[in-house]
Amino acid sequence: MQGLKEFLRRFVRNWPAVGGFALLMIVLVMALAAPALYPGSPWDLVAQPFLWPGADAQFRLGSDMMGRDLGAGLFHGARVSLLIGFVATLVAVLAGIAIGALAGYYGGWVDDVLMRLTEMFQTIPPFIFAIVLVAIFQPTVATIVLAIGAVSWPAVARLVRGEVMALRNREFVQACIAIGMNDARIIFRHILPNTLAPVIVTGSLMVATAILTEAGLAFLGLGDPNVMSWGTIIGAGRDVLRTAWYVTAIPGVAILLTVLGINLVGEGLNDALNPRLRQK
Amino acid sequence: MSARLLEVRDLRTHFFNRGTVAKAVDGVSFHVDAGEMLALVGESGCGKSVTAYSLLRLIADPPGKIVGGEILFEGHDLMKLSDDEMRRLRGDRIAMIFQDPMSSLNPVFTIGAQIAESVLVHRGGTKAAALSRAVELLDLVGIPDSRRRIDEYPHRLSGGMRQRAVIAMALACEPKLLIADEPTTALDVTIQAQVLALISELKQRLGMGVIMITHDLGVVAQHAQRVAVMYAGKIVEQAAVADLFSRPLHPYTKGLLASIPRQGASGGRLNEIPGMVPSLLAMPRGCSFAPRCPKAVDRCTHHVPSLADISPLHPVSCFVAQQEAKL
Repeated sequence: MQGLKEFLRRFVRNWPAVGGFALLMIVLVMALAAPALYPGSPWDLVAQPFLWPGADAQFRLGSDMMGRDLGAGLFHGARVSLLIGFVATLVAVLAGIAIGALAGYYGGWVDDVLMRLTEMFQTIPPFIFAIVLVAIFQPTVATIVLAIGAVSWPAVARLVRGEVMALRNREFVQACIAIGMNDARIIFRHILPNTLAPVIVTGSLMVATAILTEAGLAFLGLGDPNVMSWGTIIGAGRDVLRTAWYVTAIPGVAILLTVLGINLVGEGLNDALNPRLRQK
Repeated sequence: MSARLLEVRDLRTHFFNRGTVAKAVDGVSFHVDAGEMLALVGESGCGKSVTAYSLLRLIADPPGKIVGGEILFEGHDLMKLSDDEMRRLRGDRIAMIFQDPMSSLNPVFTIGAQIAESVLVHRGGTKAAALSRAVELLDLVGIPDSRRRIDEYPHRLSGGMRQRAVIAMALACEPKLLIADEPTTALDVTIQAQVLALISELKQRLGMGVIMITHDLGVVAQHAQRVAVMYAGKIVEQAAVADLFSRPLHPYTKGLLASIPRQGASGGRLNEIPGMVPSLLAMPRGCSFAPRCPKAVDRCTHHVPSLADISPLHPVSCFVAQQEAKL
């Protein structure tokens, strides 16, 4: 618990990280408040089309070319973006940890097979690969999450493998074997907690990438047609970019600020958790 | 007559790397009785640690492999156990202490949690019971204020305290055999003496057999009952401590004893054994010590001597010493 207190102290002293955290919290509150503030579906045609922001007190953020409330889209979109960002990262991190830990701990042919597999995934450009995966399967929230997870686990796997390989040869792991622990217990209880710091940092930055990837997919029309994400709105606004640029700009700024917030938090975590930077 | 706890017969552990074979342990035999401390002495790289790791079958395979021999523990050959049976034995019946207490504790857990875990792994039971056992063990190894210390993280303890915690972990299940791999090399001198005295005392109290791996003959003289001197993967001489110190037979043992600094003998250089331990990949044909041996004769460079009892319970593998004894 002492470590946690120390970590919080370092994190709080880092004002960009705190700012990023505040941004993230705002987005989270938006996502949580969406059903209360905008009870209807964001797809509902509630206003007259092309209502500029501020023109109508009832629809402060304006409406798009179909007369959908952009405010509703923004708030409900926050739910989708955060959900996909975090769940996809969780999938990627879990897969990466499992594969990296096995490869790093057992080495030999297990390592060879798993790392060649990882490299296979890494040779394909991630965004193209995600498009292919979503295009093959139906675009739903679940397949988008899995597609993003499938393209982002290799980084985690390589990171965890390296950490595990280094820890594998530490004497305390030898001591665990000499005490008679089985491999699962050694890996999960003794090795993985020691790799957590870099994984948390990488994972936090992956959330930002996942949100961007989802927005990109939705922009290209490969989003889940039943949910409105920020990318969906941007994609719809593309056609009217010259006459009603605010349709694209509002969700665009939302993505920008969210990704910025996540990156700042990630950097802050890195500074607070990375022992090499602690001395500075 | 004490019970024979461990009997190692002709143990051979070799390392295979790119077509070469390093015979790190090459035909080692010894035994340990309950309540007895056997010291395994030798220079760095002579195979002491590999011998210890082999006993627990901790040699990483590849590149290492135990290619031959028997390890009889309480009459059962450990080489014939399944991996699972072997795992249950480790830490329960045979425990090991490592060289460096700084790195043999997991930095992210409290020492209490780590000691409790070695209880839980073998004995099961509740976490609370294991923790109270951890307190008992810390008392046993002489860590003051044990009830509070179980909540400390390893980095908050001094080296000596950490090694005590490591010993407590090893003793968690009251092992019959304790293997200590240079347990004091990473500690400073005053702490060394305390830790050794502790191991010695616990050996008496718990009736364990102890294998003490060391290159420090002072340690041997004070605490061990018997000594096995290793050189280049083989045991070259074995004897009771008093016997070895009063009547060393192998030229290598004599060299080791002569190189101990003595009180009072001021000035002058320390005696040394010229040369280096031969590389395991380029072993001389005959006796592996022959190139450094002051007494080597022609026969030594062509034939490998074998261990033979010169006087009762004092085997030596040296042609010259064996010859002299016959006269």
